[in-house]
Amino acid sequence: MTSFQGIEALPPSEVVQRLMGGPIPHCEELGIRVESYDPPRITLRLPYQEKLVADPDSGILHGGAVTTLVDTASGLISMAAARPPQAVATLDLRIDYLRPGLRDRDILCTAEAYRVTKLIVFVRAEALQADDGKQIAAALGTFMVTGHPLGSETRL
Amino acid sequence: MTLMETIREARAGGEVQAAVDAIPYAVFLGITAEIDAEGRLLCTLPPRQGLVGNPHAAALHGGVVGAFLETVAALELLWRRETDTMPRTVNITVDYLRAARVAPTHARGIITKLGRRVANVRVEAWQEDPAKPAAHGHVHLLLG
Repeated sequence: MTSFQGIEALPPSEVVQRLMGGPIPHCEELGIRVESYDPPRITLRLPYQEKLVADPDSGILHGGAVTTLVDTASGLISMAAARPPQAVATLDLRIDYLRPGLRDRDILCTAEAYRVTKLIVFVRAEALQADDGKQIAAALGTFMVTGHPLGSETRL
Repeated sequence: MTLMETIREARAGGEVQAAVDAIPYAVFLGITAEIDAEGRLLCTLPPRQGLVGNPHAAALHGGVVGAFLETVAALELLWRRETDTMPRTVNITVDYLRAARVAPTHARGIITKLGRRVANVRVEAWQEDPAKPAAHGHVHLLLG
């Protein structure tokens, strides 16, 4: 891997402000928090919530909530890793659901920018149950560098 | 009633919104569903500030758009097919084609392949103009 040239270590609580210039409204709704920022990796936590389940009987988390967690983690690390760090836009995202996220389990997602070019950041991510470390999802995403500064539009 | 009982009843009564309302996450996103003039399932995601993904650009969170597509794919299968189990998503691939503004987003799914145990559903989401999709994707689901 090439050496990381993006934004170096920051306290987790400052990452979103630094990269986005303010809180992300939908992540506030979901209670998504930065657990650690260790470039080229970032880890986010999604707390388990009844409103995010697919089936009230099983309590299994809906895949859509995992998608949002993965997209957020991947997008943030792409912004930090871009040269220079800047706003990015998701080109595509593919997620394999390896096993269901069970009732009452928080989910951690770690995303890693494993290849950074002038125009594209390539990211891989995995999502795990926080308590037992069981992997529930694996993902690959590509992010387009926009040329817009951090904390601005992500439109191409 | 279990989720599948609710969905079977909704299907029998032709009440597609009742099927959506049985899924807590679909309710949280605010998804609405109807059968359009061509008899196809048409889903809509009404906009609200809580779905925004960037504080500086009035655009929906990409994860929300992906989650909407995934939900629409599962609903298409549930609605079209007599099934006794919830389809389980194996994987989803989403291409983001345009920023989705804070405006109503519509989506439709097409069952590309229906096997005995697995289905492939193509899904597309757009805002003002169906010819200008905001995102499209495909989803593999296990039929259980």
